[in-house]
Amino acid sequence: MTSELIPVSQSKPGLGWLKPWAPVIGGLLALVLSSILIILSGANPLEAYQVLVLGAFGGSRQITETILKATPLLLIALGLTIAFRARVWNIGAEGQYHIGALLGSIVALTLPNLPALLLIPLMLLAGIVGGLLWSGLAGLLHLKRGVNLIICTLMLNYIGILMVQYAARVPFRDPDGFLPESAKFVDAAQIPRLFSSRLHLGVLVALALVGVVYVLLWRSPLGFRLRAVGAKISVAHSLGINTSQHILTALLLSGALAGLAGVIEVSYTYTRLKQGISDGYGFTAILVALLGQMNPVGVLVSAVLFSGLVVGAQTLNVSLQIPAAVAGVLQALLVLGVLAGQAISQRDN
Amino acid sequence: MTEPGQFPLAIEMQDITKRFPGVIANQDVNFSVRPGEIHALLGENGAGKTTLMNILCGLYTAEEGEVFLDGVPVRFHTPHEAIAAGIGMVHQHFMLVEPFTVAENIILGQATGVLREPRQTLHQRLMALADQYGLSLKPEAKIWELSVGEQQRVEILKALYRQAKILILDEPTAVLTPQETEGLITILRRLAAQGTTIIFISHKLKEILAVCDRVTVLRDGKTVGTSDVANCDTHSLAEMMVGREVNLQRPDRTPLPTTPQEPRLHLEGISALGNHQVPALRDIALSVYPGEILGVAGVDGNGQRELEEVIMGLRTPTQGTIHRDGAIAHIPSDRYSMGLISDFTVTENLLMRDIDQPPFNVRGLLHPTKMAAHAAHLVQQFTIRTPSVKTRSGKLSGGNAQKVVVARELSQGHAIILAAQPTRGLDIGAMEFVHGQLMAQRDAGAAILLISTELEEVLRLSDRIAVLYEGRVVGVVRAENADVKQLGLWMAGKSAEGDRQRSAASGAVPSEGAVS
Repeated sequence: MTSELIPVSQSKPGLGWLKPWAPVIGGLLALVLSSILIILSGANPLEAYQVLVLGAFGGSRQITETILKATPLLLIALGLTIAFRARVWNIGAEGQYHIGALLGSIVALTLPNLPALLLIPLMLLAGIVGGLLWSGLAGLLHLKRGVNLIICTLMLNYIGILMVQYAARVPFRDPDGFLPESAKFVDAAQIPRLFSSRLHLGVLVALALVGVVYVLLWRSPLGFRLRAVGAKISVAHSLGINTSQHILTALLLSGALAGLAGVIEVSYTYTRLKQGISDGYGFTAILVALLGQMNPVGVLVSAVLFSGLVVGAQTLNVSLQIPAAVAGVLQALLVLGVLAGQAISQRDN
Repeated sequence: MTEPGQFPLAIEMQDITKRFPGVIANQDVNFSVRPGEIHALLGENGAGKTTLMNILCGLYTAEEGEVFLDGVPVRFHTPHEAIAAGIGMVHQHFMLVEPFTVAENIILGQATGVLREPRQTLHQRLMALADQYGLSLKPEAKIWELSVGEQQRVEILKALYRQAKILILDEPTAVLTPQETEGLITILRRLAAQGTTIIFISHKLKEILAVCDRVTVLRDGKTVGTSDVANCDTHSLAEMMVGREVNLQRPDRTPLPTTPQEPRLHLEGISALGNHQVPALRDIALSVYPGEILGVAGVDGNGQRELEEVIMGLRTPTQGTIHRDGAIAHIPSDRYSMGLISDFTVTENLLMRDIDQPPFNVRGLLHPTKMAAHAAHLVQQFTIRTPSVKTRSGKLSGGNAQKVVVARELSQGHAIILAAQPTRGLDIGAMEFVHGQLMAQRDAGAAILLISTELEEVLRLSDRIAVLYEGRVVGVVRAENADVKQLGLWMAGKSAEGDRQRSAASGAVPSEGAVS
């Protein structure tokens, strides 16, 4: 008879309670894997992690440095959060950042006599316009000509980066300098500092934008429609939402923030137009946005984390002779580990 | 529970309990099936039928209770384990890869792949298998080219190809034409006679009575009982399922106005191409007047989807004009691709059309508490069963998901309503509800175009009935003068000028309209 109760021997002990912790476990796994690499470099992993953390957050100087590096990442990743929520895969933030920096620099170099109160807003505006132009160009190619958006945003990166190099070498090159770069901007073109710290107004702008992007996405009709387009474009379309227009809007908003990040960086950190004005911020920000779960507050946390990794890795290099590239590996492993963990934790039971 | 005879039960599920956040989908459910029988699993949407079957086929794991196959305790953790044990499930929402061919979908995930076996012989083998059970299918056709009915046949063929001994069909006839349903029933009988055990999830009582040997009824996640179909009738089954008396007769209606009226929706000479650039609509002329329901009947795949899309402005006609006098509420035929965002909450889905208006939009910002309050009101008014208004819509059962769409569209008070397959996949209770809502809108003066492949539904609700065949309106008749036999002939393409029509359609089978 089968209706008797037979104990089910095949049943496994439940691991369901682990699921919410999967991202954390993924992150820890990344640390373990990175440890192997550190051991291979001839150092003690625990010591290395301690140096890394202290190098990033161990004092006001370190924290300042981490915040400064986090700012462009945060700005760009907030923009990408808008784009990715609308399922618009903008891989071109690096190019948009460069064109923003270029236009802002042109304003700074051609209007050096303006007072700071006029010059800085004009520069920021030019940076935003640069980001808009570059992302808009990709948007037009995609929407009007049907070019794959990932490909055209990606390719426009290289053109944007090379345009900055050209501008710094030829038309805007400082005739008195030895290096292929523009003259230093006038003091009025530097974004004001906050009090007497090394932090600047851009930090506050980026922090404020965390709130703005949140409100835009979850409290505004535009954000609602953008998320609808991202969640199911066919439903959005049949409910009468102009999907092309919203794809373009998401792209332009992300481009604008990348351009803003670019102009802030040249204005404050580099104070001139030259090659190498980005640490690959536009690419790293993609990871920052994903790791932050495309949620503005999460993006803030992951921007600080990523920046801290980079800043801390410099100390790692100096004090333990571990290549700074280990930080890059750690970043990649962290993202993979946490994202894989997330995927597992969200899988339906 | 105890079964006579020495043979073990094909399936026995004992005291199954499965909880989801906010709901108990199954509570101490008992369900047993004898080998080779066709066993109906009956219950309203949200009664727990699909959850129970998902446990059986390894998609979910039960928190409590045991499952026995042929008397042996089993516990599947993945669908693969269930498939290996001979359980095949044909889901209500098909699990097919749209850009792939029929053959590719069938061998997907199988050990012997296309690379091992020449395409030609695989196709021949599949054709033979399909023909053996009367499933007419072209192995080389791409899934997205197929009608819903054809896609279902692919799913059945997939299970048969994997040598399923137990076949679970989740509301299989919800998407079929009457002819296809008859074909399916023949197939199921043949399978059962050869020893395949079949679980038939449905809420169509007549079909259950016609096809099944026994029936188990679930209500609110609990077992109501199991009985021999021979001892049941539609009345007793409906009452077991709903827990009260139900009425599915043609409802009373206010008479149509006698004074001549301007049509609210008017289509003239509309022609349009289908997805494959073949003509899908040909010279359609239809007018819908205030206070009437114009039912468009027809076999699936005869231009219904294109007609719906043209009216909603989602497809551009090649010819003709559409005149709309007012905004259109739209209950789409495919709620998952046109009506509902699964990742959005119930609130977000309910208010998708209202976000630009006060009180939900205050100076450009959304007002979440007012949105939630209004959503809660609609949830109550339309009896949507959901744990909360913040629940993701994808978590709702099919009927409740449809109620979300119906609630959103009908609460707008629009002058024109386009209801396409409004009760597809719904149970009696939900169907009764949606019909009631449409009738109320009609009596309030809305002009309603009802596109439905369920002839019974068209007959029940319509004031006038039009029949669509191969993209043409073959005939229009007042409902009180309608003769089912005549409608059936029209649906098969035989109009008054039938001979001319037939020669024009030379050899094209309706279900192939969407293919080549």
